[in-house]
Amino acid sequence: MTTIRKLFAEYAAMAGIWIGLVILFGVLSEYFLTTRTLGMIANQIPPLTMLAVGMTFVLIIGGIDLSVGSVMGLSGAVVGLAMVDWSWSFYFALPLAVGVGALAGLAIGSLSAGIRIPSFIVSLGMLEIARGLAFMATDSQTKFIGERVEGLTTPIGGLGIAPAFFIAVTAVTVGQLTLGQTAFGRRILAIGANETAAHLAGIRTRIYKVIVFAISGACAGIAGVFFTSKFQSADPNAAVGMELSAIASVVVGGTSLMGGRGSVVNSFFGVLIIATLSSGLAQIGASEPSKRVITGAVIVAAVIMDACRGRWNPFRWWKRSSSEDNNT
Amino acid sequence: MKRISSSILSAVCVFTAVLLTGCGSKESMPAPSPDSGSSSGSAKSAPRVSLIMKSLANEFFKTMADGAEAHQEENSDTYDLIVNGIKNETDLAAQVNLVEQMIAQEVDVIVIAPADSKALVPVLKRAKEADILVVNIDNKLDAGVLEQAGLTVPFVGPDNRVGAKKVGDALAAKLAKGDKVAIIEGVTTAFNGQQRRKGFEDAMTAAGMSIVSTQSGQWEMDKANNVAAAMLSEHPDLKAILCANDSMALGAVAAVTSSGKTGKVAVVGFDNISAVQPMLQDGRILATADQYGGKLAVFGIEAALQILDGEATPEDRTTAVDLVTKETLAETAK
Repeated sequence: MTTIRKLFAEYAAMAGIWIGLVILFGVLSEYFLTTRTLGMIANQIPPLTMLAVGMTFVLIIGGIDLSVGSVMGLSGAVVGLAMVDWSWSFYFALPLAVGVGALAGLAIGSLSAGIRIPSFIVSLGMLEIARGLAFMATDSQTKFIGERVEGLTTPIGGLGIAPAFFIAVTAVTVGQLTLGQTAFGRRILAIGANETAAHLAGIRTRIYKVIVFAISGACAGIAGVFFTSKFQSADPNAAVGMELSAIASVVVGGTSLMGGRGSVVNSFFGVLIIATLSSGLAQIGASEPSKRVITGAVIVAAVIMDACRGRWNPFRWWKRSSSEDNNT
Repeated sequence: MKRISSSILSAVCVFTAVLLTGCGSKESMPAPSPDSGSSSGSAKSAPRVSLIMKSLANEFFKTMADGAEAHQEENSDTYDLIVNGIKNETDLAAQVNLVEQMIAQEVDVIVIAPADSKALVPVLKRAKEADILVVNIDNKLDAGVLEQAGLTVPFVGPDNRVGAKKVGDALAAKLAKGDKVAIIEGVTTAFNGQQRRKGFEDAMTAAGMSIVSTQSGQWEMDKANNVAAAMLSEHPDLKAILCANDSMALGAVAAVTSSGKTGKVAVVGFDNISAVQPMLQDGRILATADQYGGKLAVFGIEAALQILDGEATPEDRTTAVDLVTKETLAETAK
C-alpha cells in the first residue's frame, strides 16, 4: 500500500501534466486522440528517450553533457560509413556505433573527473569534435543506406509501434531500477548530493563519474542508430541542438540540475510532454513562432509545478488556513 | 596572481603586435591597390576571387564549394580562389567578419551566398567602396535594402519559384482535381524558401488542388518528419506532401512509411541530393528539382571574371533549374 502511494506521489504530477496535454489536444483536434497519433508519437520519441535516460544519470551526479546531440549525429554517421563504404552488415555496424558513443562519453568522463575540469566545458568541446567527425565520416553528405538498416524502426504489424520504442521503454525501466534498487544507483545519488561526503564515505567518486558519462555516450549512440534506421540515411546534421531538448525533458521531469535528485521515469514523462506538445501543435497547425513560445512556456510551467511539489503541500496549506480561520 | 597578470600582459603584447602588423601591412599596400580592382585582368597577377559560402557542413554548399575548387584547378592560371564558409547557416556575424577579412586581404572579387538577404548589405557596400567586385549567388539580396544603400550587386542563380512550379506541375499531373495536399516549407525567413513555397502554391492553385496545411520543417529531416506525421494524422485523406528541400522530403517519406501509407501519399522535394535518387527510382519520392548546385558557385565566378574583363555588364543572370523524375533519370542514364 505504502509503495503504491509513494509511486503515485512520485509520478502523478508528471503523468497528470502529460494526460492533460493529450486531452487538450484531443479537444482541439478531432484526429489527435487516435491510436494512429499515439502510435506516431511512440515512434518519434525513442531517440530523445535514450538521450534523456543518459542525461538523467549525468545530471544526478551533478554533471552536464552538452555533446549528446553531436555524438548521436556521429554514431549515425558511423553506421553510414560502416554500411555504405565498408559494406558491413547492420549487426556489426550497430555495436560499432554504440561503442563510438560510449567512447566519446568515456573521454568526457575521464577528462572531467580525472583532471577536474567542469563537464560543461569538456562536453562543449566534444560537441564540436563529434560534429566535425560526423561530417568527416559522411563527407558532409547525407548517406542513403536503404532498407538494410530499417528493421529497428519498422512498425510491427497490427500494433503500429516499432521495436525502437520497446527498446527505449526497456532502457527507462532498467535505468529506473538501477537508480532505485542497486548500490550503483544509491552511490551516484550520494555523489550528486555531496561529493566530498561520498568520497569520505569510501565511494570512489571518479570511477562512478566516468561510468555515468560512458552510459550517457552509449545512450546517444543508440539514439543515433534509431535515427539512422528511421530515415534509412545517415545525416551528418542529425540532432543538432537535441542536447537541449534532452536536458529540458530531464529537468521538466524534476531531476535537479544541481545533482543528487532525479528519476528516469519522470524524465520519460518529460520526453512525452515535449513530444506531445510538438506533434499536437503541428497537428492543430500552429505557426512556427507560436510553437516556440508555447513549448518554452510549458517547459517553465512544468518546472515551476515540480518545484512547488517539494515545497508546497496542498493539505498543509488547507490545514493552516483552516486553523487560521479558527483563530479569527 | 603573478602568473595571471603575466599571462594577461603577454596576451596584450601579442594582441598589440597583431594590430601593429595589421596596420603596417595596410599602410605599405595602398600604392598598388587603387588600380588592382578594375584593371587586374591585364595586370601582372591573376585576379583573386573570394568565395564566401554559408555552412560548409551543409551538403548543398559543400558540393557548390567543391565544384568551384575543381573549376579553379582547371583554370589555375586565370584566377586564384579562396573558399570560406561559416559554421551554421544563421551565423550572420561570422559571415560579416569573413567579408571584412576579405576586404582587408584586398581580394579582387567576392562571390557570396549571403546568410541573410538584408544584414549582409552594409558590409558588402564597404567591399564595393574598396573597389571589390561583388557577385551574389544562391540567396538573393533584398532589392529594397540594396536600393536604400545605393548599391547594385549582380545576382547569378536559379529562379527557385519557377523550379518549384515545375516540381508542382509534375505532381499535379499525377493527382486529381480537388485532392488535398500539404506544403512543408524551409526556414520561413529565407528568400529561396519563400520562393519555393510560392512556386508550389502557383502549381497547386493552377491545378485546382486544395492546400490544407503549410508548415515549416526548418530545412531539417527530423523536424519535417514530425510535421509530416502530424499532417498525416490530421488529414487522413491527404494525397501529397510538397517539401522545399530533399532532406525534408526524406523526413516526409519516413512519416508516410510509418503511418503505413506508402504509395498513397506522394512526396516531392527540391535540390536532387544523392540520397533521394534511390527513392526516385522506387517511387517513394515522385519528383525533385536540380538547380546544379555543384555549378552555382562556378556560374557566379565565371560571371565575375567576365565582368572584370569587360566582356559582360554587371546584371542579373538566371541559371537553369530542371525537373528530375524517374523518367528523366532513365533518360540521362541512356
